[in-house]
Amino acid sequence: MTEDIVSNKLQKWIDKNTYHHSEFWDLKKLVEAKEKKNLKISLCLPTLNEEKTIGKEIIIFKSELVERYPLIDEIAVIDSGSDDNTLEVAKNYGADTYLASDILPNLEQKKGKGENLWKAIYQLEGDIIVYVDADISNIHPRFVYGLVAPLIHRDKVHYVKAFYDRPLAFSGNVRASGGGRVTEILVRPLFSLFFPELTGIIQPLSGEYAVRRDVLEQIAFPIGYGVETSHLIDVYHKYGLEAFAQTDLDKRVHENKPTQALGKMAFGILQTFIKRAKALGVFEKAEHETILRQFQVKENHYEQNLMEIIEEERPPMIEIEEYRKKFKK
Amino acid sequence: MTDFKPLEKKLTGLENKLKKYRELLLANLVMVGEIPAPTFNEDKRVQFILNRFDEAGLTDSSIDDHGNGIGVLSGKEGKDSILLNAHADTIFSQKTDHTMQVSSDSITGAGVADNSLGLAVLATLPYILEDLDIELKKDLVLFAGVKSLGRGNLEGIRFFLENNPFKISDAICIEGIQLGRLSYSSIGMLRGEITCTVPESYDWSRFGDASAILTLNEVINKINDIRLPKRPRTSIVMGSIVGGTSFNTIARDATLGFEVRSESQEVVEDTGSTIGDIVHEVSSKTGDQVELDIFARRSPGGIPYAHPLNECARSVMESLDIEPRLAPSTSELSALIDEDIPALTLGITVGERTFKTNETIQIDPIFKGLAQLIGIILAVDGGYCE
Repeated sequence: MTEDIVSNKLQKWIDKNTYHHSEFWDLKKLVEAKEKKNLKISLCLPTLNEEKTIGKEIIIFKSELVERYPLIDEIAVIDSGSDDNTLEVAKNYGADTYLASDILPNLEQKKGKGENLWKAIYQLEGDIIVYVDADISNIHPRFVYGLVAPLIHRDKVHYVKAFYDRPLAFSGNVRASGGGRVTEILVRPLFSLFFPELTGIIQPLSGEYAVRRDVLEQIAFPIGYGVETSHLIDVYHKYGLEAFAQTDLDKRVHENKPTQALGKMAFGILQTFIKRAKALGVFEKAEHETILRQFQVKENHYEQNLMEIIEEERPPMIEIEEYRKKFKK
Repeated sequence: MTDFKPLEKKLTGLENKLKKYRELLLANLVMVGEIPAPTFNEDKRVQFILNRFDEAGLTDSSIDDHGNGIGVLSGKEGKDSILLNAHADTIFSQKTDHTMQVSSDSITGAGVADNSLGLAVLATLPYILEDLDIELKKDLVLFAGVKSLGRGNLEGIRFFLENNPFKISDAICIEGIQLGRLSYSSIGMLRGEITCTVPESYDWSRFGDASAILTLNEVINKINDIRLPKRPRTSIVMGSIVGGTSFNTIARDATLGFEVRSESQEVVEDTGSTIGDIVHEVSSKTGDQVELDIFARRSPGGIPYAHPLNECARSVMESLDIEPRLAPSTSELSALIDEDIPALTLGITVGERTFKTNETIQIDPIFKGLAQLIGIILAVDGGYCE
């Protein structure tokens, strides 16, 4: 696809499929729409040593989205084997708690967040599963309703991804936006090169997303860091860009990871990416893209920021005649 | 003596019944508690409470001209009203981390006890009463008051009491902690700040003693020497001190925050006047600028120990195995006393590290505290306290 076609398609997709959680503030209406469609929604909180934050997440989701507005039908914590009181706290506040190793016990045991997410498909009952990381300290019901609402309202949307950091309109200024360090340094350049349409997903690595069961059961799950990246590539490959939507959930407060931990993460993602890119033959098929697609915010509106980066090369000096003459080679 | 048996019957098992509202109450507590609300900047918290009142179907909820949040749960008769008050402001600044941490049995965070829990109770009570099919005869006025603490000097509740359209028969002030607290009287109080400033034109050749902190120290020593009577009981609380900027810079400013408290208004005024004399004396001796700013006063008063409201409250507490701990108050109770409204202050649960950013409350006793509150409301509404 030429640059213009990709850019136009992407911008149209961004304008149509990018939401802000405040569009779905009316939970009463949302619950009515959910009930009309006879949908069941499960919330999965994958955990590993999250006793500091898990209690608060469950209290808020249970109070706001189960008791006050019955949007969620089950809240499940799937744990990788915490050493702390994560499961005790979660159980105390009424979540269903599972050890990942107890689900499908006859399969070979694996340990990682992706394993918990994958086993949730088997364990939970929902037509939609919404995954929310358990380490968010500014938890709010929007982390769930902002993600499930596009799935409730639009049948063609199958996978809704969160992004954060609301665009603020300050006197018409433009500011850079996008994901974290691994996204901007690794994933976005990779997508720009091989899956330009996926660059429309502002934060491809965010750990919060809501997905229809019909889709979840059709895709493979890396058990480690690559799970989010692989989801995007696989869902894009099977269902196309129109299957995705994304919701701005404002601010997400969590502990920042040190650079070394990000290195581990990037390494896992890269492995997953290469495996998928090879399987899909994109290394061979892809035209050599030279456009890096980043994001900027202008007047509360997300738009692409395209930059042509051409990596030109010079040959070894020995091949230059003048050089050979000068040094008599 | 009033027969409390019918009321006691209603209270039987109430504490246990209330446990099913745990998540609702705690979610309100966490959400309201994570909204910073330093005195004079309570608007977002009040808006949250108002949203809760609206969602609970309280049709007359509104924010008054002073920023107070008010919700009205209409009673069957509605001839007069019970006022339920919780102050919306906290001592913590906007910059303080207000993240709440929830464990199995406790919640920790800045202001969780004072007074996010009080506000959460206010926000959740309409839902609880409706769910328990409790319909009152009197109107229940739920009041989230602003500008209560420190320099706020009870401005919010005073404005409300001067301008509200309700006929308030009784009032209950809710504080997060401590369960068992029963305040029905206000002591005399005078609250102020003493600020020492080294003048710009100071003679810096007076090496070493040109410091606002040293001058303030002189003031403190002299205040400490004031002889206070044992009867009526009187105390001077030197509550905070701020001064200087670094290790090696002479302090140009230093401020002491203090309160004089006494059972006697006369002693409060006399002590205040002595502090004024000390400030003048130190100022003239040192040549530094020393200023006294008194910005809050309370008069002693309250309902008697044998007042029916007080007796009712003790009976309810005793029936729930809560040991009443009687203590005077200088909070919103004073404003109610000034208006001759019979009033009490109650605590909801037990907690520790009050006024610190790791303030902690226990979850389990909350339900006893709530049962106590609902019991007293029912007692007042049922005519047990007349």
